[in-house]
Amino acid sequence: MKKLVLSSIIILVGISFLGRLSYLQLFRFSEDHLLEDPAVKVVYDYPERGYIYDRSGKLLVANQPAYDVMVIPREVQPLDTTEFCTLLGISRERFIGQMQKARIYSPRLPSVLVPQLSKEDYAGLQEKMRKYKGFYIEKRSLRDYKTNAGANVLGYISEVNEWDLKSNPYYELGELTGRTGIEKQYEEVLRGQKGVKYIQKDRFNRDIGPYKDGVKDLPSIRGTELHITLDKELQEYGELLMRGKRGGIVAIEPGSGEILTMISGPTYEPSLLVGRERSKNYSTLHNDSLSRPTWDRSILAEPSPGSPFKTLQALAALQEGVISPETPFTCYNGFYVGNRKRGCHCGGGTRTMNTGIYKSCNAYFAGAFRRFYDKFETSDKAMDVWEGHMKSFGLGNYLGYDLPTGRPGRIPGKDYYDRVYGDGRWSSTYIISNAIGQGEVAATPIQLANMTAAIANRGFYYTPHLIKKIGEETIDDPQYTERKYTTIDPEHFAPVVQGMADVYEKGTARWLQVPGVKIAGKTGTVENFTIIDGVRKQLTDHSVFVAFAPVDNPQIALAVYIENGYYGARYAGHIASLLIEKYLKGTISRKDLEKRMLEKTLEHEYAKPYSGEDFKINEYVW
Amino acid sequence: MDWITVLIFLLLVGMGWMNIYSSTYDEGNSSIFDLSQEYGKQLVFIAISLASIVLVLGLEASFYERFSSLLYLLTLLLLIGLFPFGKTIAGATSWYDLGFFNLQPSELAKTATALALAKYLSDIQTDIKRRKDQLYALLIIILPALLIIPQPDPGSALVFFALVFVLFREGLPLWYLGVALVAVLIFITTLMFGSAWVGIGLGLALIMVFLLKKPTAKIPFLPVAGLYVLAMAFSLSVNFVFENVFEQRHRDRFSLWLRLEKDPEKLEEIRKTIGYNTYQSEKAIESGGTLGKGFLEGTRTKGDFVPEQHTDYIFTTVGEEWGFVGTSTVVLLFTILLLRLVHLAERQKNPFSRMYGYGVVSILMVHYFINIGMVIGMLPTIGIPLPFFSYGGSGLIGFTLLLFILLRLDANRLKEWD
Repeated sequence: MKKLVLSSIIILVGISFLGRLSYLQLFRFSEDHLLEDPAVKVVYDYPERGYIYDRSGKLLVANQPAYDVMVIPREVQPLDTTEFCTLLGISRERFIGQMQKARIYSPRLPSVLVPQLSKEDYAGLQEKMRKYKGFYIEKRSLRDYKTNAGANVLGYISEVNEWDLKSNPYYELGELTGRTGIEKQYEEVLRGQKGVKYIQKDRFNRDIGPYKDGVKDLPSIRGTELHITLDKELQEYGELLMRGKRGGIVAIEPGSGEILTMISGPTYEPSLLVGRERSKNYSTLHNDSLSRPTWDRSILAEPSPGSPFKTLQALAALQEGVISPETPFTCYNGFYVGNRKRGCHCGGGTRTMNTGIYKSCNAYFAGAFRRFYDKFETSDKAMDVWEGHMKSFGLGNYLGYDLPTGRPGRIPGKDYYDRVYGDGRWSSTYIISNAIGQGEVAATPIQLANMTAAIANRGFYYTPHLIKKIGEETIDDPQYTERKYTTIDPEHFAPVVQGMADVYEKGTARWLQVPGVKIAGKTGTVENFTIIDGVRKQLTDHSVFVAFAPVDNPQIALAVYIENGYYGARYAGHIASLLIEKYLKGTISRKDLEKRMLEKTLEHEYAKPYSGEDFKINEYVW
Repeated sequence: MDWITVLIFLLLVGMGWMNIYSSTYDEGNSSIFDLSQEYGKQLVFIAISLASIVLVLGLEASFYERFSSLLYLLTLLLLIGLFPFGKTIAGATSWYDLGFFNLQPSELAKTATALALAKYLSDIQTDIKRRKDQLYALLIIILPALLIIPQPDPGSALVFFALVFVLFREGLPLWYLGVALVAVLIFITTLMFGSAWVGIGLGLALIMVFLLKKPTAKIPFLPVAGLYVLAMAFSLSVNFVFENVFEQRHRDRFSLWLRLEKDPEKLEEIRKTIGYNTYQSEKAIESGGTLGKGFLEGTRTKGDFVPEQHTDYIFTTVGEEWGFVGTSTVVLLFTILLLRLVHLAERQKNPFSRMYGYGVVSILMVHYFINIGMVIGMLPTIGIPLPFFSYGGSGLIGFTLLLFILLRLDANRLKEWD
């Protein structure tokens, strides 16, 4: 027994050593340890980010060089910090803080000490940097914007954060990545592929040539340029018109689904989010919780669609055969829901579809909706059919365009009302407001524009998108090139389109005609409320307008939504009319109209709820 | 002559030198005989060791038994002499400056102590079962250790305690060892999980024993309860000592070893300070993979990222450049060598030879266990060399003497009865 004690200890030790060694060397070993190897230095070669062009090849986004001061903590020698900080133009505290952070990240991998110096700062630094061991300057390419518009579409790039580093092994500290918009959506295309060189270092940390003769090195691949569908001039012009107004505008080419312009007001110049002032500017923009310039209203705002939604009611009623274009409804300057009267501004009288649309008669659409509803035996069935028609226009769900953010809007179905009122405890009177685009329906401006495009196409749409060409390749993604058909047969569109054309000829937008262009449109005026000190208070109506032109060969379909702009033909109608003229003709003939839109702002409206005093809404003078 | 042992000895020394060469060469120097470089010097030490083997084998076997006490006293004197005459390297006064090389007497003391202990225990008057004789034997072991601790070189001092294995072999009750093991276990588990869990764990273990025992077996309740209380008292005092008596650097060492620190920032801090060596050596070994990066291709070795790589951390070079194949070969060679030596010791008819044999195995085993255990992160950092492998003249010569005296005794065993 005693003879065996020592022998068994020896064997036990041997086994546990072999176990531990196989854990270390067989199990935990992984091929990519090269990056962790302190004796191998990794040098990256960053390719230039791809340029972004507009639909006609005008340059929107190029690059400019910037210079990061990098540090490898392990290699830093004692230095005169005061002098060094003065040279870099940073405070001592910041220097110490950054060094601490860098050391914690990794003592031997480079970290950014001071990001994004300009060319001028760099020139002064370059010579003196040699004195400071462990610090060097890394050239990076930042964005250089050739337009002051489209910040919401283009997005911005910024340094990767810890979450990016964890979730995507491609990135190293200090690298840039697309954060929003096109920059994020097409990040991998735009950034290309960084090159990698491995360099063997000796015990004194000197480079002694390529590691293993460079067999593992990778060349860098340039970022690919993008051509997007925006029209630079239309975008810039639209943003000019939006100064001082809040809202969203989306214009689509109906024949292709290409987004011509996509505006959110207020916005900001894209160049604000570049360079050393980036984070300061970003906080300023991001913390502006009143006007919210970084919130893209063109795809995120979900107001009630208002009267433009009536066009779909007409189409659905025709499709279901419950009315014909000539079916008359009488307007008593309003209509009755049970015993309650709901108002109408159309002037009263007998309305057919044509007058119903161009005079925007509430009573007509309430009546048509009731007919539609009564066709079906149960409320549930009626709601299902109605919901199907509405959703076929791209409403009530994410559209699937190529931006990394969006909202679904809302087309309330039977489930929604069962939830709100209780199972089956609702009927047409509860939901009739939807017929005039008020009730529970909600749509983003891009959904309204897409709906308009579907009407312009008489029954189908292409999913709106921003990408046109990647490098030299025109896109052929079926998501963007295949037609999405609505549930309405083509022959039902003619009377609705005629009604919309008459909106310009005789109706609510007759003062907004564009000489020589036949436009179809629909105004909308959307009641809205806010809560001030716990009291629900009505604000000036939102101004909404949808239109497409020319009527017989639509080139542009657009939706304009202006917060608190009062009735539809006022702000939204004006802006829509100017954009259509600008896009189709290139110049503006109605200078007085243009002047009025450029000068007018709605800041006084937006200030009202915060004034602390009583205020009037929907003031007639403007 | 036991050729298996000689072969393994030569293999270990040869492999050791190759790795020392890889750890210390510079691309500028070409001659392996460059005496200004460690690998050149080590060649000289190897030559001296081989020469000393001739001397060891040339002497009568009975010489070692007869002169063991004298040798022991001589090395004690050498250790005492360090206090006035010693040379200080890296804070430790452990060397005599002999001009061409520094002699470290503690390395020779191991051999002498093993001889002296064997001599005392094999004496016809000695009975290891007697408390007084146990104390004498312990004194022989502790005396050199006490002289070495203040150099300071606690690692080397620790090695002498390995010689208690000889006592166990010769009749010291094994439960001493059992108690020590349990104490170590309680110490570790208390640090890792806290006293409460140790208490619960021990309690559960006792309940299991009661449930699983044969119905006929009787376990006296009171003594068991007393032992339980004793164990818990020990566990609680471990906590107290750890928190109040240990200094931060000691605590850090244990938290590193037992992976107690979970906060990534503090862990990073430990890795850069007290845990730097362990972390770097572990990483270097890990990076070797199955086959290693190849001789002279170890990038971390080349970059000198592991400190003391040619001495205490020589095994990391094996790990990085030769991979799992290399490290397991070394582990297997040591295992075979140690088992072979146990076998050699057991076949001695002469009690002195047997006890000395056990001393050799104990010393070599503790070196090998602590050194590799430390390098691969299983044990806390204790700086002692890997026998036959690490750079250093005194060490190599000392281990060679230790081993070949046993071989000389073994070669003589058949003549004993002539």
